[in-house]
Amino acid sequence: MKTPVLLRRAWLARAAAGGAGLAALSLGGARFAWAASPPAATHRGRLVVVMLRGALDGLAAVPAIGDPNWASLRPQAAADDARVGAPLALEGLFALHPALPTLHAWYGEGRLLVAHAVASPYRERSHFDAQQLLESGGNRPFEFDTGWLGRGLAQAHGRGVALGSALPLALRGADGASSWAPERKAGVDGDLMHRVARLYAQDAQFAAVFAKARDQQQGSMGDMTNGMASEMAGDGNPGGFVTLAQAAGRMLAADDGPSLAWLDTTGWDTHTQQAARLSRGLAQLDTGLAALRSALGARWASTSVLVMTEFGRSAAMNGSSGTDHGTAGVAFLAGGAVAGGRVLTDWPGLARAQLQDGRDLRPTLDLRALLKPALQRHFGLDSAVIDTQVLPGAPRGLDGLWRA
Amino acid sequence: MHAEFIAAHRFGFSETSLATIQADPRGWVHAQFRQPAVLDNRGLAGSAEALQLSRRVVAAALTQNAQAALGAMTAKPATSGAMADEPATSGWPAQASALQPARRALRQANGRALQRRWQHTITTPTPVYERWVMFWANHFSVAATKGSTLGLVAPFEREAIRPHATAPFATLLRAATLHPAMLLYLDNTQSIGPGSPAGLRRARGLNENLARELLELHTLGVSGGYTQADIVEAARLLTGWTVARDGDTGGTANAGRFNPAFHEPGAKRVLGTTYREGPEAADALFADLARHPATARFVATKLARHFVSDTPPPALVDAVASRFSATDGDLLAVADALFSHDLAWQSANPAKFKRPEELLLSAHRVLKLPMGQPERSVLALTAMGQAVGRAPSPAGWPDRTEDWLAPDALWKRVEWAGRFAAEHAGMADARQLASLSLGRDLGDDTRQQIERADSGAQALALLLASPEFQRR
Repeated sequence: MKTPVLLRRAWLARAAAGGAGLAALSLGGARFAWAASPPAATHRGRLVVVMLRGALDGLAAVPAIGDPNWASLRPQAAADDARVGAPLALEGLFALHPALPTLHAWYGEGRLLVAHAVASPYRERSHFDAQQLLESGGNRPFEFDTGWLGRGLAQAHGRGVALGSALPLALRGADGASSWAPERKAGVDGDLMHRVARLYAQDAQFAAVFAKARDQQQGSMGDMTNGMASEMAGDGNPGGFVTLAQAAGRMLAADDGPSLAWLDTTGWDTHTQQAARLSRGLAQLDTGLAALRSALGARWASTSVLVMTEFGRSAAMNGSSGTDHGTAGVAFLAGGAVAGGRVLTDWPGLARAQLQDGRDLRPTLDLRALLKPALQRHFGLDSAVIDTQVLPGAPRGLDGLWRA
Repeated sequence: MHAEFIAAHRFGFSETSLATIQADPRGWVHAQFRQPAVLDNRGLAGSAEALQLSRRVVAAALTQNAQAALGAMTAKPATSGAMADEPATSGWPAQASALQPARRALRQANGRALQRRWQHTITTPTPVYERWVMFWANHFSVAATKGSTLGLVAPFEREAIRPHATAPFATLLRAATLHPAMLLYLDNTQSIGPGSPAGLRRARGLNENLARELLELHTLGVSGGYTQADIVEAARLLTGWTVARDGDTGGTANAGRFNPAFHEPGAKRVLGTTYREGPEAADALFADLARHPATARFVATKLARHFVSDTPPPALVDAVASRFSATDGDLLAVADALFSHDLAWQSANPAKFKRPEELLLSAHRVLKLPMGQPERSVLALTAMGQAVGRAPSPAGWPDRTEDWLAPDALWKRVEWAGRFAAEHAGMADARQLASLSLGRDLGDDTRQQIERADSGAQALALLLASPEFQRR
């Protein structure tokens, strides 16, 4: 899809005419400067979407320890408890993986909502098709070649940033979507960049993409993010999740920050050694989300964080201490205004007859029922626009996900 | 786009000059498949040695972890831990101080192999053939993302892919699927028939990973008509194909080893065909998958997308698929079908966007700049989004413009072009190189911007950053 660069320019001009000029603030010794604010109506609190690529095992992240079939389905879970710690209790049947203490604390505060037995409309078991569908927001893979967040941003004239070098499918389709990754070192040759911009003027596709990169470097995000990677505490890894989550939090915290941040993580395809790998991966996710909240500061109160994955995994363990591709899994919704402290599920049960195809957790909740209200709340879109332009074919959105 | 530009840049790794190609671009491409230049393997670690190096790193890391946990007591053989991804029945001797030397040895072996391949790519007289090899290495992608495969990416490409790149597809399929790198990467070494002697004794069982990707990514494609039951049956059929713990491949050079103690007894039924118990079933399955029409179509589509266009002309895909089917997957004939077809040479096709590795190697190639120590290039490619040897998933590196052309990624490419040109500006006059290398496809705007540059380095940076050079 072609990106109309003129729109972007027009938006900047409109924003400048709006009057705030450059907003600058100082935070932790770093200088932040953002271009002027867009109209306030498009900002209803920020949205962060965390994508867990590879398919998180929902039954490991949120074990159904109270289900009568749990012990027979995952007999080795007790042994894992001895090694990695006992699960952290939630309401009813459920608990959280012990590597998620931050999420557990949020749950206790009523700021974390757990959705279980949730899935996209996809019912096969290919990562690649499932991710395509989850990001594109259609009813089947490859129905759309743009993303639901990209279409949402386009409708809202909002800005979103993906933390990483590439632009994920989910954000494609919007002029206001961009990507950002930490610099390894500074030292940009301004004159060369200026000449490259002229060089690319002949090529609409390059020109549009490069203009966004320059805006980011020179304008809104650049001033804040230059040198940020080295200065951030993070996890000491410039491309690591904790660092990126912290960077996202700081971008969103600024008054004129983007309304959406997208964070990618990988490593969830645990066909083997699941216990050890999930302990590490979930601990990093938990630490990163804590860093995100801390970097958001006061803006946490109005921010929502959605954590999702392409599908769940086989209900029983496979033959090599792992799990194979499955169907339903979990999603998390967290944030200062989230009506959390509960597990949202129409629990299908774990008896063999209750499993999807006799092997996977059966989906009872369409993930899009969470996505729709998030788009309404954070992008200010009305449901007719969402139904026709953003998530056509999706079921009705859930009510009451936020306290106010 | 003119034919000589398509031959040199789209199909190859770019050329310093198009002068010699211009007379007969198609002949230039075809000749490369008749007599491809051979990569010099001498002195590079094969998979057995690379596996030992990888395991030494894993063992040393485990020992160090274990010792840290036990408070520097004499470490016992570790049986689980951060990097373990194989069934750990026996451990290794304590080697607390062995981690750094083991890592260094592995890094050196990997660095040597990468430098050798890159230098070959930069200098080979048959760059289109090289691109063909890299296509198949990416089709059967393995990645150094788990302990046991840390050193196996390069040996896999040299042992399983390169020697079979123009063989019948079934031969390549077998070599790739049963290579230790693939068996480890997709966990078949951990897939044990539940009814096999080992399965009954150790209460272990199937792992579907390899079986699924064999059907979904390597042969039929996701819409190829298989079911979950086919995956499970294929997984049962593939049990027993494993890797010896000492790296010994049991006489079958560079292939995995069949261990009957892990093999699920009884017949298996995949896609309606029954396969008998035993190692021969894998060969029969590979042959049937290679003959399946879905495989011909899937492979043809990927080839046309990679070499011609993100949205390849359906008639071109049809022609390549038909030749694939008619020749039982003879990859030399398939290459001929692709590169002989007029649609592959149509200038109206939207151009492809070079992947970072293609960009970097083509810059070296047009400048005739040898590949020195590869570390800095590896870092540059990682910044541009392609951490070489560490493809993000079993599907390999993506192949469409939108997967690579994004603000941060383009910014990093231009920064790289600036740094690269500053270091190597003395290698060539960019104005001359632009017209020689891009020929009739050098645009007036780009020519003017290069001519107006304020230094040789800036001119070269603009050439490397230009749409003509970033695309292919």
